[in-house]
Amino acid sequence: MNLFDIVGPVMIGPSSSHTAGACRLGLLSAGILGGCPRKAEILLHGSFAHTYKGHGTDRALLAGLMGWKPDDARIPQALELAREAGIEYSFKPGDLGTMAHPNSVLFNLIGEDGGTCRVIGASIGGGQIKVTNIDGFPVELTGVLPALCVTHRDQPGAIAVVSTYLAHKQINIASMRVFREGKGGIATMVIECDQAVPPELVKHMEEFGVVHQVRFVDKVL
Amino acid sequence: MRRDKLAWAQLVSEAEAKGMALFDYLLERNAVQMEMDKDSVFRKMEDMLQVMEDAVAFGLTGVRSNSGLTGGSAKKLKDYTASAEHKKQGLLGPVVGSAVIYALAAAEANAAMGRIVAAPTAGASGILPGVLMSLQEHCNVPRKKLVEGLVIAGVIGEVIADRASIAGATGGCQAECGSGAAMAAGAAVYVLGGNGRQIDDAISIVFKNMLGLVCDPVAGLVEVPCIKRNAGSVVQSILAAEMALAGIGSFIPADEAIDAMDKVGRALPQGLRETAEGGLAVTPTAKAWTENYFKGIRG
Repeated sequence: MNLFDIVGPVMIGPSSSHTAGACRLGLLSAGILGGCPRKAEILLHGSFAHTYKGHGTDRALLAGLMGWKPDDARIPQALELAREAGIEYSFKPGDLGTMAHPNSVLFNLIGEDGGTCRVIGASIGGGQIKVTNIDGFPVELTGVLPALCVTHRDQPGAIAVVSTYLAHKQINIASMRVFREGKGGIATMVIECDQAVPPELVKHMEEFGVVHQVRFVDKVL
Repeated sequence: MRRDKLAWAQLVSEAEAKGMALFDYLLERNAVQMEMDKDSVFRKMEDMLQVMEDAVAFGLTGVRSNSGLTGGSAKKLKDYTASAEHKKQGLLGPVVGSAVIYALAAAEANAAMGRIVAAPTAGASGILPGVLMSLQEHCNVPRKKLVEGLVIAGVIGEVIADRASIAGATGGCQAECGSGAAMAAGAAVYVLGGNGRQIDDAISIVFKNMLGLVCDPVAGLVEVPCIKRNAGSVVQSILAAEMALAGIGSFIPADEAIDAMDKVGRALPQGLRETAEGGLAVTPTAKAWTENYFKGIRG
């Protein structure tokens, strides 16, 4: 932790996990969708389900989806302002299973362009977050660094194709993990980078034979 | 290779070995670490102070929380302090009195979704503003010095976070409000002219008096007892600072007191670490309110 993790961050209260972390989960999910959603169905699990009104978790999640940061003074009015912006949203308590972190949320999002995504994430304390599932595939995304989520066929050389391309484009990989459900099926690489990856590179990578889909998700911390 | 944990005593002796003033050394050290220049660190810290002052001003308007459970106590105490009744039989003196009012104000601003500085956390965000703004008002501490005090406080928090924890879920309230009070006590000693050794004493005295404090929020909300614990913590903070400034040493060095806090935190049962499953959170009154409140949410 550095000095401004201790005296800071500046945030809208009352809770770093239930308010600031919730806002970041919204931001990261909007980043995964590729923009502010037109429709958002939000399921709250565990402590999020119990205390979301008192902590303003609902407002903070929506604020994040609209691209606002945790210190945005408009967060208390996020429900009204989202409605005015024409965003269709709903919150309901639910159960994501015994393995889910107590501060978990599931987003079903539809974007302006009709694109969709289903994101599960958790606020794990002190405003830190973790997205653990995108569209049914396990991942681990923290929003600390810009990241690429690459779904691809699980076959020899797939990782080399992507990492070689990034090396060629001078994008430095800070960390990389591969998640797969079974051998030879669909896998997801989560590649954290030291810099943002421009859209044209993302598009180019989607043309690789082994690659199904590439999402660039910017950092939110 | 695992680096050694941060230690306050070590930082003080490093500054001495370099022949630097403690503040200059700590500012430089942090600037290098964060790859920022010293002026930018100072300016960013000044912004933090401004947010703290704004939060106190917002809290003093008498705001209430979303849940309706808390609010208005900062304003109530301020009005009472100004009354003729208080002039006759007021118990708190000016420094502690103002610190308590401002701590309540910032903590109530937090509960009412105001903009605050988590220092070290949102739940303990009233303590530093409470202590520092009172010193500014009553002890003629210039603003620049307060910003320096915040840097000192931040470094103390870094030491605590490295050796122990600043999260209630890990170490109970002693890790949140206790750490906030230790940070504010160190800052107070510094702005009033104390040295690194006296800051060490103040940190240790705070933990002596706050060790074992559990985190037991009613309904899991950052309201009861958090807001009043911010008020109590500034009293501990000012007490420790005054004793340290008087030259009363602490037998246990700060770093060891912090380690003790860590061990006590780990020994606390899960129910007393922010889960709302112990302490005040499970009293009959708290349980009845919580049940009603959850029913309201679920419709």
